[in-house]
Amino acid sequence: MNDTGATQPHAAPTLEPGFKGIVKDWSSDQRSFKTASWGKVMMWVFLLSDTFIFGCFLLSYMTARMSTTVPWPNASEVFALEVFGMHMPLLLIAIMTFVLITSSGTMAMAVNYAYRRDRKKTTALILVTAFFGAMFVGMQAFEWSKLIHEGVRPWGNPWGAEQFGASFFMITGFHGTHVSIGVIFLLIMARKVWRGDLDNGKPGFLTGRKGRYEMVEIMGLYWHFVDLVWVFIFAFFYLW
Amino acid sequence: MADIPHEASASAPPAEIEEMELPHAHGWWSTYVFSQDAKVIAVQYAATALAIGAVALVLSWLIRLQLGFPGAVAFIDAERYYQFITMHGMIMVVYLLTALFLGGFGNYLIPLMIGARDMVFPYANMLSFWVYLLAVLVLVASFFVPGGPTGAGWTLYPPQAILSNTPGQQFGIVLMLVSLILFIAGFTMGGLNYTVTVLQARTRGMTLMRMPLTVWGIFVATIMALLAFPALFVAAVMMLFDKLLGTSFFMPTLVEFGEQLSYGGGSPILFQHLFWFFGHPEVYIVALPAFGIVSDLISTHARRNIFGYRMMVWAIVIIGALSFIVWAHHMYVSGMHPYFGFFFATTTLIIAVPTAIKVYNWVLTLWRGDIHFTPPMLFALGFIVTFVNGGLSGLFLGNVVVDVPLSDTMFVVAHFHMVMGVAPILVIFGAIYHWYPKVTGRMLDDAMAKFHFWVTFLGAYLIFFPMHYLGLMGAPRRYFESSDILLMPESAHALNAFISIVAFIVGFAQIVFVFNLIWSRKHGKEAGGNPWRATTLEWQTPETPPGHGNWGKDLPVVYRWAYDYSVPGAAEDFIPQNQPATVTRETPA
Repeated sequence: MNDTGATQPHAAPTLEPGFKGIVKDWSSDQRSFKTASWGKVMMWVFLLSDTFIFGCFLLSYMTARMSTTVPWPNASEVFALEVFGMHMPLLLIAIMTFVLITSSGTMAMAVNYAYRRDRKKTTALILVTAFFGAMFVGMQAFEWSKLIHEGVRPWGNPWGAEQFGASFFMITGFHGTHVSIGVIFLLIMARKVWRGDLDNGKPGFLTGRKGRYEMVEIMGLYWHFVDLVWVFIFAFFYLW
Repeated sequence: MADIPHEASASAPPAEIEEMELPHAHGWWSTYVFSQDAKVIAVQYAATALAIGAVALVLSWLIRLQLGFPGAVAFIDAERYYQFITMHGMIMVVYLLTALFLGGFGNYLIPLMIGARDMVFPYANMLSFWVYLLAVLVLVASFFVPGGPTGAGWTLYPPQAILSNTPGQQFGIVLMLVSLILFIAGFTMGGLNYTVTVLQARTRGMTLMRMPLTVWGIFVATIMALLAFPALFVAAVMMLFDKLLGTSFFMPTLVEFGEQLSYGGGSPILFQHLFWFFGHPEVYIVALPAFGIVSDLISTHARRNIFGYRMMVWAIVIIGALSFIVWAHHMYVSGMHPYFGFFFATTTLIIAVPTAIKVYNWVLTLWRGDIHFTPPMLFALGFIVTFVNGGLSGLFLGNVVVDVPLSDTMFVVAHFHMVMGVAPILVIFGAIYHWYPKVTGRMLDDAMAKFHFWVTFLGAYLIFFPMHYLGLMGAPRRYFESSDILLMPESAHALNAFISIVAFIVGFAQIVFVFNLIWSRKHGKEAGGNPWRATTLEWQTPETPPGHGNWGKDLPVVYRWAYDYSVPGAAEDFIPQNQPATVTRETPA
């Protein structure tokens, strides 16, 4: 019971590559993922669970779309904009997608600079990411208000199956909520980085968990996930 | 090391990470109320679950009152009857069994059994309980709103769940859906904790294949819950929109009282798929922790190592995985392509294989064991018998051709009450008798416990066995009034009255259990640290009940599996997991 090594923690043993290594990690004691912290594993498990939520939403939407007897509105016409007299299908959605994917890029850079302990650049990049996220939500608000103006409601629309509006508001709304929550946490994270909370391990306000630069990466996992989900929504809702 | 589960080692690998920092409580409120200690949260979860469970028990009396003595109590009209069965079912399945097994036993046992100081995210863990409590309060609130709680049946099938003739369609259904959404949010916070704690916070020497089966059961059930509850979440959100915003996800074109409703084009079957994609795994979310706990109870109280440990673990994992591809066996009568029926019947029957492995292994563990008929052992034995009975009728219902005539009869009621009502509740009782000494430091009274067992066990059989017969005769399920049904002979009504009387007696007998819980808290026999002479880590804590942080100064180190009972040549008939192997003697080849 009193072994040497109880007091000084060692680094993870050298990791074996490949399937053999996985088996070895999983049959070892203490940790199944040798290099992942608790927070990171938690985020992955959460995202797995969240994948099932979005999966169920999208599958329900597809079921509704396939089982309705009324024609489904043509997405590229519904989501078209008139710019300088030109009819541009899916223009806004294309810009939104571009903005969100760009924000994933800036997030990845923020993670990189965080591990280099570059406080200023990390803060700046997180803020840029949050800005792009807010921009995405803003454009979504514009999209919603335009459609509502044109008569799209959760219970009906001028062009076809009433499940169109219902699915649209529900799925993009649920995704938009994810983005909005992400933006709020990005702003909190930017403040933490800027104040140096992650350098000196200041305990968090609610959880009392010490600040670490890994938090930026965990935040990044969430952000990339929200981005990835959008790609699926884009493909299944707007392009189909 | 430890490639063979039962091989003890003399040393353990060095610690890989620093010890966790505990959020220290300041004062009474943060010690007992807003506590971040998993053990306190566990008791809070368990107390809340048992309290709401008592409500469900009273509801079941009211149901039985109507079925046994139709019209005897004017208060129970058809609407209220449906509200009672709905709330009874939902409370039992979600708010009692799921919350008690995962939130209660999970919180208490996972950190102690794997040698951790606490759950890995204590704050989220605390929040999990408070959101659960909020969900329970919202659920209870539905009893007091105009129109009362929903009477849609616990499956909440649309379209009837939100149509105007269903009781509680004004506010009851809305509160039910909101409560479920809250429950899922709260559970997710706890579930992430349980999963990550098991994966990443085990003590030195504690490999996955040395974990007690209790932890395995709770762990796999938690992962299943994290993947199954999303479907219910989505179904609840969509039905809420159908109800409040007038969307038509689940609502087809309908004419009500000669008036066409504004709904149209939705799919009620979609809801059934979503509901049962949650609903069937839910059965195993309740059953797997029970499997795990019962394995440990049997091994400890029969003083024998569990038979086929590794097979037991894989059986749990395989049952968990299979339970995600059987859901449509609840929907045979909804109509489906015969090939689908064939597929789901086949997968359903395949689940019987790992389940049977578990039952055989329990029996083989008992075989020639030194069986102590302690209360936990009695309940564990009661569980095995009940589970086999309920499981066998499940094989009938899993087949399409047998299910179609039996569906919506009392046979189904008998089946699921045996297999996922009585059986897991027997385990809960056994587990409380087993771990109460660790939680409080005192034993529960033995005589009261045995009385409680025999009344509950025999009573449950007297209640649910005759229901199989009623069901085979064609007695319909969910009917408010069946005295006018021609196929029901006079004797069936006499049987119904008999069942009801037994149900009242069994229900009242639970007072003995509650009294025992309260009385023994002060007057029970001092338990000491390890009253059952068990091997697992929770019995090796320096203090009983364990303090905040569980282990005093040093974390325990694990050298062997959890089932070293009656090892030949050992000084005692159990060797705790934290006792190193003596240097093995050279055995000549």
